[in-house]
Amino acid sequence: MLKIARENLPALFAAIADTAALYLPIRKGAVNYAQWSDGADVDLDTLKTIASPKDFFLPQSETLYTAALAGNKIQLEAEPFVDEPFVVFGVKGCDVRGIEILDKVYLSDPVDRFYEARREKGTIVSMACAEPQATCFCKSFGVDAANPAGDVVTWMADGNLFWEAQTEKGKKLTEMLSNLLTSAERSPVSSQQKDIRQKIDTLPYSVGLPLDQFKSERLLELFDAPQWDSLYRTCLACGTCTFICPTCQCYDIKDFNTGTCVKRYRCWDSCMYSDFTLMAHGNPRKTQKERFRQRFMHKLVYYPDKNDGEYSCVGCGRCVNKCPASLNIVKVIKSLGVNADV
Amino acid sequence: MQEQMRIRAKELLTGGAVQRVLGWKKGDFPYNPEPAFFTTECELDDLVYDRFCAANLSGYMVEANKEDGKTLVFLKPCDTYSFNQLTKEHRVSRDKAWIIGVGCEGNAAVEEMQETGLLERCKVCTKTEHKVFDELIGEDVKTREEGDRFEQVSDIEKMPPDERFDFWQGQLSRCIRCNACRNVCPACNCRKCVFDSGKYDTEQKANVTTFEEQMFHIIRAYHVAGRCTDCSECSRVCPQGIDLHLLNRKVIKDVNELYGEFQAGNDVETPGPLTDYDADSDADPSVVYERG
Repeated sequence: MLKIARENLPALFAAIADTAALYLPIRKGAVNYAQWSDGADVDLDTLKTIASPKDFFLPQSETLYTAALAGNKIQLEAEPFVDEPFVVFGVKGCDVRGIEILDKVYLSDPVDRFYEARREKGTIVSMACAEPQATCFCKSFGVDAANPAGDVVTWMADGNLFWEAQTEKGKKLTEMLSNLLTSAERSPVSSQQKDIRQKIDTLPYSVGLPLDQFKSERLLELFDAPQWDSLYRTCLACGTCTFICPTCQCYDIKDFNTGTCVKRYRCWDSCMYSDFTLMAHGNPRKTQKERFRQRFMHKLVYYPDKNDGEYSCVGCGRCVNKCPASLNIVKVIKSLGVNADV
Repeated sequence: MQEQMRIRAKELLTGGAVQRVLGWKKGDFPYNPEPAFFTTECELDDLVYDRFCAANLSGYMVEANKEDGKTLVFLKPCDTYSFNQLTKEHRVSRDKAWIIGVGCEGNAAVEEMQETGLLERCKVCTKTEHKVFDELIGEDVKTREEGDRFEQVSDIEKMPPDERFDFWQGQLSRCIRCNACRNVCPACNCRKCVFDSGKYDTEQKANVTTFEEQMFHIIRAYHVAGRCTDCSECSRVCPQGIDLHLLNRKVIKDVNELYGEFQAGNDVETPGPLTDYDADSDADPSVVYERG
């Protein structure tokens, strides 16, 4: 276990930024991940950034290749893969799990090379959640906010940042920072971990969600459940939940005409949008009810069915905080879990 | 007041005067009641009304309007302006709605589970009267504080261009193009938004460049010019906390200055200033160019 005094963090950030692009929560009107530069208003106290850090690995929009006319031929130029190292600092346990969930989609065969390159170049420094909030329900999905995964895990306690490498990549970063980090006792971390776990046990969504009802044997029953008819009714069909979600992973591929060439890009899609899965023959999901249902069936039934029962929700609570119509996955779980014939 | 609303809604629903009720349903936390349609008497036990019921329900009436029979809808004073505007645009029909105007004590602003005072729109509220209703329940509480709603717009107008550009860049660069502002907006009621249509190059699911991002909001502000009632739902729902209402207020201020005071949704008869241009009596369009 290593540590650095909180007031020395700017030196730590500067040292990291010397060798890699450093991204961390920065307050610019709102707190979001942004690239660190000297004087940036770093905010490590706000628990949740508005958007999740998933776009360091799966950007909201990225060019795949460019097509341009060269004489009477079409010239294609592939977009190069990310080649520069970067560090994402301060990632909470739920968001690290979110990236692991993306891994199962993008790193399984056929491997997504754009995503793979970013995962190889990116180092994740996670941070335990000293003050979990009422909307957090990571524990329901098996995430330990007191001991997050990541290449390096950190804890902010007693005016120090405690630091522990967990992977080879993490060890490499730690070695590079060895002149700034000093060895430390584990006890402040252990006591914070105990404190975090106690707090989480008192949160309203942390226990008792009827998740056991969401299993693939009940797929059709859940799909046809009458509750969907009322659940979706006041959904505004905006993409807030999907765009701030650390695990929403659907994308669309489109062409952007720049006037001199065409950039084929992929961008986040949202099952809430009317053109989601729109194909030449039409759309298999014609109504908002079907699109709304897709989001939750995907997270709670389809994904687990293909990934050893692991749900693709991490309980970060962003949708609970931000849905303009106050709908969210917890309300869906409670509603569908209640009338189930156990 | 909430109890009165439940009783009256049950009477109207069981008596057959309305086929459904559009109100706010109890949430898991005090701060998150959700807009909801109620179709049975027992569901109405979950109807709530308090300062957290900020959602303007008028926009949902566009969908309710397509259903059989009448819909009982609860509207706060400011929400009735949106309803009038929708009536004027033939997106809802008045006779398919049973409107119960409910008194408003102002809506709570909520940040990370904490009530952080009143919503900005309530601090500058001038819409204290229900403009359309069948019946009223409850009293209004004055929430307006000192100052007027155009103060911040005036301050931004006074900024040097570079500073003003930086201000908007700081705001709009946070946009994630989730479309919450557009979808919650009662004035954004096109059947198919130009930004969703695959027929045109305007379809943009991703903010490919900041240019696209910034254009989206300006285009939207212009599309609702003269029709925006200043309900500020756009700012309330923006996940990034962008002060989108300032764009609309700038346009409202300009419209007021150029064509005379106008409040969209005040009634359903007065022609809108931008749809009723009169070459003799209205401002010469060149005024806009002169102002830069």
